[in-house]
Amino acid sequence: MPGLKQLAQREELMAGGHRACAGCLPMTAMRQMLLTAGRDTVCGCATGCVEVVTTIYPYTAWRTPFIHNAFENSAATISGAEAAYRSLRRQGKIDRKINFIALGGDGGTYDIGLQSLSGAMERGHNMLYLCYDNEAYMNTGIQRSGGTPKGTATSTTPVGKVIPGKKQFPKPLTEIMIAHNIPYVAQATPGFPKDLSDKVEKALEIEGPAFMNVLTPCTRGWRYPMEESMEIARLAVDTCFWPVFEVEHGKLRITRKPKEKQPVEEWLKRQGRFRHLFEDQNRHIIDEIQADVDRNWAWLLKREELAQS
Amino acid sequence: MGRRLILTGNDAAAEAMRQIDPDVVAAFPITPQTELMHKFAQHVADGDVKAEFVLVESEHSAMSATVGAAAAGARAMTATSANGLALMWEIVYIAASSRLPIVMPVVNRALSGPINIHCDHSDTMGCRDSGWLQIYSENAQEVYDNVLQAIRIAEHPDVLLPVMVTFDGFILSHTAEILEGLEDPVVRKWVGDYESKYTLLNTDEPVTYGPLDLQDYYFEHKRQQIEAMRNAPKVVRDVGKAYGEISGRSYDLLEAYELEGATRVIVALGSTAGTAKAVVDEMRAAGEAVGLLKIRCFRPFPEAEIAEKLSRAKAVAVLDRSVSFGAPGGPVHKEIKAALYGTGCDIGLVNYIYGLGGRDVSMDHIRQAFTDLTTIAREGTPSDGVRFLGLRD
Repeated sequence: MPGLKQLAQREELMAGGHRACAGCLPMTAMRQMLLTAGRDTVCGCATGCVEVVTTIYPYTAWRTPFIHNAFENSAATISGAEAAYRSLRRQGKIDRKINFIALGGDGGTYDIGLQSLSGAMERGHNMLYLCYDNEAYMNTGIQRSGGTPKGTATSTTPVGKVIPGKKQFPKPLTEIMIAHNIPYVAQATPGFPKDLSDKVEKALEIEGPAFMNVLTPCTRGWRYPMEESMEIARLAVDTCFWPVFEVEHGKLRITRKPKEKQPVEEWLKRQGRFRHLFEDQNRHIIDEIQADVDRNWAWLLKREELAQS
Repeated sequence: MGRRLILTGNDAAAEAMRQIDPDVVAAFPITPQTELMHKFAQHVADGDVKAEFVLVESEHSAMSATVGAAAAGARAMTATSANGLALMWEIVYIAASSRLPIVMPVVNRALSGPINIHCDHSDTMGCRDSGWLQIYSENAQEVYDNVLQAIRIAEHPDVLLPVMVTFDGFILSHTAEILEGLEDPVVRKWVGDYESKYTLLNTDEPVTYGPLDLQDYYFEHKRQQIEAMRNAPKVVRDVGKAYGEISGRSYDLLEAYELEGATRVIVALGSTAGTAKAVVDEMRAAGEAVGLLKIRCFRPFPEAEIAEKLSRAKAVAVLDRSVSFGAPGGPVHKEIKAALYGTGCDIGLVNYIYGLGGRDVSMDHIRQAFTDLTTIAREGTPSDGVRFLGLRD
């Protein structure tokens, strides 16, 4: 596995000058992913921020082959490209090893693209699906998705006189993908680049389908100063709101445990989208989120222990 | 030179696909397309083909995977019907605008609702503006021939657009006919190897497919699609002629059947053209000046050729197997009317909506239409210009 220094010296495959916001971590995730995957990589992306900011015609920021098809079909599209590769390789028309990576935001993955993702994983294509999860439909203007945390203020779950933000907990997407019994599933965040890079490397090495859920803070949607993106990402891990772990052939391993598990409100209070939760009448929501985080973390530790026994 | 085969329409399409042997086929089952894919699946299971067979979880993914495969430089195919086509609708447009030469047999079936599994043309007529070429088939022989020709048309550098080969559900898809097939080496040579100029798999020269295309360029790109479609008629005709040289069966955009001296003409497409031919034969034998204009290529619409073919008719009945709700007539009718506008011809024109949801169209119905045309030839276009055939009151 390459170290950060080595990665930093590799050829930059995402051109600068694209239209992402300053402090955009989805684009940091893309850069880290490409540095790891290298030139012989075909990426497909669902409609969303990453696609929009990188491909405004006649420009493209992708120095690797790239396809955007539609919103809900990133996985199916890349599965088709991978099928083409297998067919042409079998016929001796191509011999180089090529990586196939489907990308999508949380909207394109948790919601509208879930069927396409599930189908591609079940069929066993040799591909990685990487979800850049910024916890809402940011490209269309910060609407709630199935991946938005409980209590979040978004454009479609605004804080009003009677409703304090999103009512539901997010869909446990990573668990849903683990339940697909595919060879590799992981959670990561660009806040820990080496961890993310190692996981991309492993996901591409393993034969068969792999899925990564990557938490990518969004300065506009989460309402924090843009220079704090990396810190916010790391704090999500250190509060155990977003544990980073992997499940390789069924064996779960937590790849980074916080030295001291911090209360989730340390993470929440840094973001404007949760500001209302700190009002007296909404405090109970923070308690619910904390209880959920604790339950998930305990369950992860238990599963890791089981995997080691 | 040929092989005598007894095949249903679905079998004929599957046989053509076996011989084409595409690199990737994506499929999802829908009646009445199912048997086409069963046959192809057997070829995959028996190792007769090299295709990567991707059994997706929906038609939306079938078209999406086909787009991904074609962008990766593969010759890629899928097939569907009705609601399946409707589900892939969004990506049908994207396939065309990405200039991917995908060939897709569509077994015509009525769109829901209410749900119905039998033939009409609401599915393919609904996406007539999607940027695909549409070739309608009269019988199983044409299904086979059209699929083989579609590959050459779609991949022609002047076209590079996807092609739908349509045939009537059950009427053609499930009815066995005798037809003539070509030998495998002849087909191999006919389709040749597909070489894509821009493929995702060429990592040395990376391309971006499907970029965000805003006010600055979208319009120009649409213009390029329009130009490609304008180039298509010549290619369809050239390929039809070349196909005649290897098969003895030449094809054109249209088929003029007994139009010589015909004053009363029916315009139809699909299997109904076969029924109409039988009626024309019978009436011609009785000395009546009737004829049929069969539209084979509906997209692009050969308007000048149609106007020319109809120019000597006195009365024309256009048969539509689908409805364009709220519009002045069915889709075929409207286009014929537009094709005749400004040509100075004086033709009585009537539209018949028929056969929705698989309602049978018999020779009696066609005779009825020709009988009506006798009055229309005399009195001109009737005030009730849109009528129904075979509908109970």
